[in-house]
Amino acid sequence: MLRVRRIEEGLAELYKEQEMRTPAHFSVGQEAVAVGVCGALERHDVVYSGHRCHAHYLAKGGDLTALVAELYGREAGCARGRGGSVHLTDPEVGLIASSAILAQTIPVAVGSALSFKMDGARRVAVTFFGDGAVDEGVFHESLNWAAVRRLPVVFVCENNLYATHSPLSVRLPAGTEIYKRAAAYRIASERIDGNDLVAVYRGARQAVERCRRGEGPVFLECMTYRWLEHVGPLDDSDRGYRTVAEIAAWKRRDPMTRSARMLVAAKATTREHLAEIESQIQAELSEAVAAARRAPWPDPKDLLLDVF
Amino acid sequence: MRELTYADAIAEALVQGMERDPNVFVCGIGVDDHKGIFGTTRSAFERFGAARVFDVPIAEQALTGVAIGAALMGKRPVVVHARNDFMFLATDQMINLAAKTRYMYGGRLRAPIVVRSIVGKGWGQGATHSQSLQALFGHFPGLQVVMPALPRDAKGLTLAALRSEGPVVILEHRTLYSMKGPVPEAPEITPIGTAAVVREGRDVTVVATSLMVVEAMRAAERLATLGVEVEVVDCRSIRPFDRDSVLTSLAKTGRVVVADTSWVSFGVASEVASVCADEGFRHLRAPVRRIGLADCPAPVSLSLERAFYPDFRTITRECLAVLDRDPELRELESVEDSAFTGPY
Repeated sequence: MLRVRRIEEGLAELYKEQEMRTPAHFSVGQEAVAVGVCGALERHDVVYSGHRCHAHYLAKGGDLTALVAELYGREAGCARGRGGSVHLTDPEVGLIASSAILAQTIPVAVGSALSFKMDGARRVAVTFFGDGAVDEGVFHESLNWAAVRRLPVVFVCENNLYATHSPLSVRLPAGTEIYKRAAAYRIASERIDGNDLVAVYRGARQAVERCRRGEGPVFLECMTYRWLEHVGPLDDSDRGYRTVAEIAAWKRRDPMTRSARMLVAAKATTREHLAEIESQIQAELSEAVAAARRAPWPDPKDLLLDVF
Repeated sequence: MRELTYADAIAEALVQGMERDPNVFVCGIGVDDHKGIFGTTRSAFERFGAARVFDVPIAEQALTGVAIGAALMGKRPVVVHARNDFMFLATDQMINLAAKTRYMYGGRLRAPIVVRSIVGKGWGQGATHSQSLQALFGHFPGLQVVMPALPRDAKGLTLAALRSEGPVVILEHRTLYSMKGPVPEAPEITPIGTAAVVREGRDVTVVATSLMVVEAMRAAERLATLGVEVEVVDCRSIRPFDRDSVLTSLAKTGRVVVADTSWVSFGVASEVASVCADEGFRHLRAPVRRIGLADCPAPVSLSLERAFYPDFRTITRECLAVLDRDPELRELESVEDSAFTGPY
């Protein structure tokens, strides 16, 4: 989680240089969901994501240099400079696809789960999406599909309370609890503190085991909060659509600080060791950025390759 | 060669394609019921059972996404829509994802889904059950779109789609389902992206899609009695489009009439006309004429339907017009689709 946080913070800082020209949606503040869920998966399990996908990509083991090169628009990018920040892919580690259209990859994950079930494979598909995607019709269609056929798919809703700048109150009837909507489709569902890494991991672990036992889909609503603006590297706490007090309250529940404190208290690590990891991450990121900047641009003569 | 109906040719292609590749499965609303999509999925269901031919929730968007997700894992799903109009509900998955999967993910992913869908016509089906969406789906780079007209191509293009590395939309025509023609028993593919000259002639070229190929053949027979030799080019594929076949025929006849099953404006007929103008201008001896639906939604009433749909008479008139000849056949006889008596 520390790695995801520092990489995203580092990239957000570099974004200001205008060399990375692809709209990026940072997950800073929400990392525990990606890390906790992906930690419960095997390499052969598959993950789909939406526009806010860097954390999922990294947590599933996606190649960092290919991510950075993609943001710099280079041929060495994970999508060879054709997809950008919102179309990350690393099929070798099971991060199949992310997408800039809300809820688009939810049925796709269901389809991969259908394939696993048809083959009798004990693999699981996971789809990450935000609370905004819950408004989309295809979200409901997909839950129904998965429930009817009892498919091994885990729906992970990162409820960060805002879709772009629109609060839940204008999108869902007052008092709506998203995970209960899944229950209405007869899907096992629960709400989790998405800023508690251990809670997310436990919930995901149970969900994945349930899927592997052939007991059908699971829905996890993970409550969390976005620290930066919807798209872009900036703090937008002065824009008025959410209060400074709300942001401060969520920052006090920072999943990374909580985890570090817990690990140190449990003597699983030390502050010194964490500092060491920090410097390794910075070195890894600097190297990836340098490699991306050195990497060649896609050749315009390849513009029409790989269309059909 | 033995003859099959267009519907039976499709059914045979599915069975042969499923025999060849265990990853092929067929899903869609009603594919496993007693009617089996006008008989086209029945034999596959009987042969392979519910594991590979199955009914689905009525949710076209999710269905298409599910198919893509299965395809990304190595399956070859065939999605069936009893009307292509229902695909409007699936356009995000079709256009924003399937069409772009290969390109947008840097060539690392493929979504080889096959979407079979049927164009309706007549018997009062009206505005939302008789559209023909080749221009829509042909517009977006990444989707292959085919429109078989003859039974052998209904089989050959279905088989080709089942082997394609990318997504294919097959637009079948309901009126063609009962028409018979020679179909090889072996699984012979019709390559996607190739048109066919289905009748040779030297005076005028009719470039036609789907049902309009049959209407063009009817027109050609009647025009032959007037000494006019019509060459009929069956597009077969809308995307990739076989420009060469059209331009070769244009170079031979110098005159082109395009007949499509959809509207003319911004459509396939206009695209073909522009290919002729752009690349075959020096061969053109008359302006290209375009034939399509009347520029309104499809009506229901029989009197309006007759005015709405072009047929062999329209093609005959336009061929005579590009030849600067009077439409000598003032009263062309009416041919109704007697094989179809509804309801759908």
